[in-house]
Amino acid sequence: MPIRPEAVITVARDQGRLKITVEPQTNRQLALEDLADGVASIHIWQALGWQEVIQRYRRSYLGPFWLTLSTGIMVGVMGPLYSKLFKLDMASYFPYLAVSMVLWQTISQVAQDSSNVFIAAEGYIKQVKLPYSVYVLRLVWKNLIVLMHNLVIVLLVILYFRPPLGYALFLFPIALFLFAANAVWVGIVLGMVCARFRDMPLIVTSLMQVAFFLTPIMWQPQMLGRYRWVVNLNPLYHVLETMRAPLTGTAIEPIPWIFVPCMTVLGYVLMFAFYSRFRARIAYWI
Amino acid sequence: MDLVNARDLVIEFPIYGTKSRSLKNTILRAATGGAIAADAADRVVVRALDHLNFEMREGDRIGLVGHNGSGKTTLLRALAGIYEPTGGAIDIRGRVASMLSITLGMDVDATGYENIFLRGLILGLRRREILEMVDEVCEFSELGEYIQMPMRTYSSGMSMRLMFAISTCMHADIILMDEWLSAGDQDFSQKAQNRLTKVVDRAKLLVIASHSPEVIEKTCTRVIHLEHGKIVDIR
Repeated sequence: MPIRPEAVITVARDQGRLKITVEPQTNRQLALEDLADGVASIHIWQALGWQEVIQRYRRSYLGPFWLTLSTGIMVGVMGPLYSKLFKLDMASYFPYLAVSMVLWQTISQVAQDSSNVFIAAEGYIKQVKLPYSVYVLRLVWKNLIVLMHNLVIVLLVILYFRPPLGYALFLFPIALFLFAANAVWVGIVLGMVCARFRDMPLIVTSLMQVAFFLTPIMWQPQMLGRYRWVVNLNPLYHVLETMRAPLTGTAIEPIPWIFVPCMTVLGYVLMFAFYSRFRARIAYWI
Repeated sequence: MDLVNARDLVIEFPIYGTKSRSLKNTILRAATGGAIAADAADRVVVRALDHLNFEMREGDRIGLVGHNGSGKTTLLRALAGIYEPTGGAIDIRGRVASMLSITLGMDVDATGYENIFLRGLILGLRRREILEMVDEVCEFSELGEYIQMPMRTYSSGMSMRLMFAISTCMHADIILMDEWLSAGDQDFSQKAQNRLTKVVDRAKLLVIASHSPEVIEKTCTRVIHLEHGKIVDIR
């Protein structure tokens, strides 16, 4: 941890802006500065996020739509199969499955990317000083871009099956924003834990595979009958449900809408404590 | 006023995945590298920089010398703010340009032109600043039409020229370099040296780690000699 015993006031012109820093800075101040500078570096993480999307598909014709296509095929095959297995009406089950799968892919990808966010950025971190939060914001941005591509499937499904969408649709941007906000704190915490303990990325991968079956994606909560409340124990259900209900036209459940904002606030408190304590260690861990 | 001031600067790397027990209570001195020790929590740590005290003033051209593993690169990274001190303190005032790795952030599938932007952003330039310098970079690197081609089509000399041109566009107070940069064939090399010298002359402070006595002799006004993470000599 940086120990700065003497108070130093520095006034400097930084790229035309007057920058005043008072030292000693506590770890909390440094963490706060990192987060604020990270958000302010929007031009960096936006460009890097785009870059990552473009890079992966530069010489392919469909580009990021490959992901959309593979999701589409999966949904197209699983929809009829599972509606038969579960003896459900295609018209209501298919949109549910399609929306769930698209959203789940984003959730799952964010978790996977988070566990590697600092490890993968080693080359940058060891060569140039950027706020660590930049790497996490880039990750979230990249996944939002990919989600926007995949929402094409949702759009097609909505147009074809015409689920009863109402004003609840306006809740989707809010839910998406809450998801992104949560992705940031999860990314920072998970990224740090995984940088320190290298077993963690593997654990996260296995857990997300299990979570795919434990979260109501292919099945619906009401199928649990009187054990329906059990899904409320799964935080991923709440995150998924807040984004899903507005797109499938199902009733808006109150519990997820209480849970997710609470999780956001608590998550940021936890993240900030953790980040203040261990932020400076990231460069040493990787 | 000092641009850089270090007081009892200590940088220790925790080493994970080694059997800390076997090294418990032992302090080994390796032939090269920092001292291997165990910290309070019984982790194995390598002390890469061991209680350094120095200041760097405006106008200084500082050469870091020492064997492999003596702590030169670690010190450069500490000066860049990458490693925050595990003990002591270091104050750095001014905009730092780290030229530790000039290939950072390059995407071989992107065009040279796109790479100028990518690299510029990572170096902390604004889009506006990059736009101002982009023509000059294109011209200096002598890539001509190739600037619109993916970098994977470049010869290694061409990509070096481009990266060199971008990296030397920075206006910074403090320049950090791991070995003197060079690029290209003989003609270009001369041009590159002139440009680098100009950039270095504009900066208030240069810190360069080098194994070459000629480079140190030619460019530096002061020399910090590191061995095993300690300063053995400041001239």
